[in-house]
Amino acid sequence: MNPADPALTICARGLSRRFGTNVAVHALDLNVRRGEILGLLGPNGAGKTTTMKMLTGNLAPSTGEIRICDIDLLDTPARAKAHIGYLPETPPLYRELNVGEYLHLVARLHRVPKTRRTVAVTLAMQRCGLAAVGKKLIGTLSKGFQQRVGIAQAIVHEPDVIILDEPTVGLDPNQILDMRALIRELGDKHSVILSTHILPEVEAICDRVQIMHRGTVVFSDTIAGMRDFQRGRMVTISLQRPPVIAELQQIPGVAAVEAMGKDSFRIRFSPDIDPTAALINRATAEDWGLHQLTPAQTSLEDVFVHLTRDEVVS
Amino acid sequence: MILTIAIKEFRALFASPLAWLVLAAVQLILGYGFLKRLDDFLQIQSQLAQLASPPGVTELVAAPTYAMAAAVFLFAVPLLAMRMIAEERRNQTLTLLFSAPISMTEIVIGKFAGLMAFLLIIVLLVLAMPLTLAASTQLDFGLLGTLTLALLLLAAGFAAVSLYASSLTAQPIAAALIAFGLLMAMLLMGETAGDSLRERGWQIPASFAQVFSPLRNFEPLGRGILDTYAIACPLLLIAGFLLLAIRHLDGQRLRG
Repeated sequence: MNPADPALTICARGLSRRFGTNVAVHALDLNVRRGEILGLLGPNGAGKTTTMKMLTGNLAPSTGEIRICDIDLLDTPARAKAHIGYLPETPPLYRELNVGEYLHLVARLHRVPKTRRTVAVTLAMQRCGLAAVGKKLIGTLSKGFQQRVGIAQAIVHEPDVIILDEPTVGLDPNQILDMRALIRELGDKHSVILSTHILPEVEAICDRVQIMHRGTVVFSDTIAGMRDFQRGRMVTISLQRPPVIAELQQIPGVAAVEAMGKDSFRIRFSPDIDPTAALINRATAEDWGLHQLTPAQTSLEDVFVHLTRDEVVS
Repeated sequence: MILTIAIKEFRALFASPLAWLVLAAVQLILGYGFLKRLDDFLQIQSQLAQLASPPGVTELVAAPTYAMAAAVFLFAVPLLAMRMIAEERRNQTLTLLFSAPISMTEIVIGKFAGLMAFLLIIVLLVLAMPLTLAASTQLDFGLLGTLTLALLLLAAGFAAVSLYASSLTAQPIAAALIAFGLLMAMLLMGETAGDSLRERGWQIPASFAQVFSPLRNFEPLGRGILDTYAIACPLLLIAGFLLLAIRHLDGQRLRG
């Protein structure tokens, strides 16, 4: 994580933001490389939007530093912002303009040279499926189309960093699929950060995930790493002639056994020791009639709930 | 970049019925006022001819029309400026400007320039009325020039104050009321404050008070006197309120 790493497009260190006495984000570190899609997950009020506002220069952090493509966002905001495309929670649309006019204006504001402007706008409209509505007033478009205009506005100047705050909110299932495909495509060349609380979305599009809770990052790993987070720590076992539970509990590495019916059990592992092999040996030796042994499936949802559960309790 | 924002604001003004209504209302009021003055002038023209150095048509018709325009601006400018920042805040479109590689100064000056372009149209329409008389009579173009300058400076001062008011809130109507209140306070207090300070011998505060006296600065130019202090004061007022607006918007990033 060398800050001078050229592939590192977003690098935030020790980011904190207080509103009065309320700490919205605390000591957050965040790195995204080119060609990477980072999912920012968290329950409502976890600090996702605050983080994104800070990363786009819309909110000054109380402490910490942000570098966009190795340019300090706080020292030279104009230079750094040229590399950012941002879709806030509410798309910043001028309802009285038509889609083409609006995107031209955005391209101008982002200093796209005059000669490239028309091409850039046409491309953005194509990518977001807006070609057919280019002449329509934004105010007359449906919510789904307005959301697409919001995304087009974030990518029209081909920024290195694209930050999307809940991009699929308000879209119908088909539009969500299109949008995911678009974000994946964007993720090939650019860096993308997206926030959401739709968990399958993160599994479907992100390379990495950071789960935020009460302003801090409680989990940060690749999607694969996250799936491993709980998989392998739990198996479901079915035995035709099961022993008493106490006997299962004596096997080294078994932390807890939970009966799931007459002949199947969920076995949690203690950290560091994997008792799967010992379980199979024992079952064969003692003729328990083992007929099924599966690693319990954990979804992102399990990880998420596990990490942010105290929110529910409190 | 300032130009981009100015053009956007200028077009946005014309996209709303408000701007057209204001243009129409201002033209109606001023047109009536101008014709009334002209009518009065024609009635007393024969009596004026007997004076040693009679006041001309520019003094008697054009100058009062300009004074009337100044009074109309007191209402029109807060209405025209109220949406510029407040509505962008309410619709959350300010984010677009804040996220673009533009400084807060460029945003505010761009918006100010867009508004001034619109106000310039009104000023030119005001100027057009006395110019129609040029065919049939001798006009005092020097006086017309200073009158136009005075009206522009006054409009720009009102615009800067109104833009600042618009940066304070998310409600356009509230912005218009704040602007109107500020301008009224300046007109009422600004006119007397300078005199009462001067009476006590406080020359410097009295001169400073003149910055906040738009009508007092309008007056010498309105009489055709090119008073540099009366030109500098509105410029200071404009710079001051634009700076306040920039600071206020900048502070929004800090406050959240």
